[in-house]
Amino acid sequence: MSELRIAVPRGALFSQTLDLLDRLDIATRELRDNDRRLLFEDVGVITMRPSDVPTYVEAGAADLGITGKDVLLEQAERDLYELIDLGYGHCTMVLATVAGEDPASEALRRLGVMRIATKYPRIATRYFLETGRQAEIVEVKGSVELAPLTGLAEAIVDLTATGATLKENGLVVREEIAHSTARLIANPVSHKLKAPAIDALLERLNAM
Amino acid sequence: MTDRIRTVFQRAGYGEVYTPALEYETTFARANPTASGPTYRVFDELGNVLVLRSDMTIPIARLVATRYRDAEPPLRFCYFAHAYRSVRPQRGQSREFLQAGIELIGATAPNGTAEVLTVLCNALDAAGLQTYRIGLGDASLYSELLDRLGVDADRRERILTELANGDFVGLQKEVDALGLQTEDAELLLRVPRRRGGPEVLQTLPAPLEAAATGMRAVHDLLAPDVAGRIIFDLGLVRGLGYYTGAVFQVYDPAYGVPIGIGGRYDDLLGQFGRSLPAVGFALNVERLHIALTSEERGEELGRGRRHLP
Repeated sequence: MSELRIAVPRGALFSQTLDLLDRLDIATRELRDNDRRLLFEDVGVITMRPSDVPTYVEAGAADLGITGKDVLLEQAERDLYELIDLGYGHCTMVLATVAGEDPASEALRRLGVMRIATKYPRIATRYFLETGRQAEIVEVKGSVELAPLTGLAEAIVDLTATGATLKENGLVVREEIAHSTARLIANPVSHKLKAPAIDALLERLNAM
Repeated sequence: MTDRIRTVFQRAGYGEVYTPALEYETTFARANPTASGPTYRVFDELGNVLVLRSDMTIPIARLVATRYRDAEPPLRFCYFAHAYRSVRPQRGQSREFLQAGIELIGATAPNGTAEVLTVLCNALDAAGLQTYRIGLGDASLYSELLDRLGVDADRRERILTELANGDFVGLQKEVDALGLQTEDAELLLRVPRRRGGPEVLQTLPAPLEAAATGMRAVHDLLAPDVAGRIIFDLGLVRGLGYYTGAVFQVYDPAYGVPIGIGGRYDDLLGQFGRSLPAVGFALNVERLHIALTSEERGEELGRGRRHLP
């Protein structure tokens, strides 16, 4: 049994995270072979949605975790250490609307407020506060691109990697809010009490 | 559990004090207002703003400067009192929580610090914890390093914020933006990651020698059983604004959040008109219970069932 337990995100970051674990000599064959199992105790890995990684790490159910900066920004109040930028999973948090005349600016000009659909209500709220614009944040759980096409909102705040989904739905990027990559996070108490094991891992990551 | 801890405090010569849960807002504002300051405010019939105390250190500082103005130091106080802070909703946190702590007023480093660390360990032993450790750092160490490298106030604040948030990626960005020589930048990035046994204090660069000497002096005064609990942690910067020298934090490998905090606050009493060096700690009694239960169940970080903070 390994000394550290790592929370690994399923989804967009999964395959590159597995490649990274391979390079750290953590056996990933079982993880690759079995997409229903969640707990791989013998190699010290647990798998979950990316947005759940901070929850497990903060509570100490895992010592370390890998998740996107977007998730960390959305859950900024969590008590975690962010140790290293892993350099993969590049994507951008953007403000996007339908192409043509900008309906969000139009709404802001005529009504003083724009409606923004997003899966990231806290990032969006903070962004509009900081840029001094009034926005009604409409939280949706998926397929955010639908909102501006159906009149639910004038614009969306969402994560995009290639821009393909936005383009597919006739949306264009109006503003870039933040850049995101995968990060290695740690439970603060684990970081103190398991320092040698964590530092050894970091050293290997830095050497890559 | 509190009875056993009270016995430890009293045997060490700490007299129990009670202060009101309500204090004037100005009392807390005087002591360097910070993020973990009071959250709950009420008005009295004259329009005065009162707050529910967010810790006991500031009320005791006020008490010393008023009721004990002429008392010969050192003064030793202990308390078992509720404090009030904001919570993150639905996380099982309490707005009102019980603290058990001591304040040693009028005793300088390193002796005063060593005495308080000893009482802290005795209290944790009495509570029944087996595997706890105490992280020991120095609140002034990193800011002094920044001063020596000539970092301006604005950037300094941002760097300290990243560090207090545990964001080493953000720290790297801020340090890169300073445009320092590679060696100095490396120092700023490496120092806060240093934590572990006494070897952490060896081979430190010259600017850190003063703080390291102070930490060594405290360590040398500790009995072996107490010294064995200490983890040196150069990255420990407490969010509370009034700490000046040694800072410490209590950890247990059975629980993912710190159980208690403490440190020196040599400038705080002066804010209330009686300038005396001081040091103290506060244990969160509810977290102490959770840590003890987790230990008894044989739980360990990164293993088995966990309690949320």
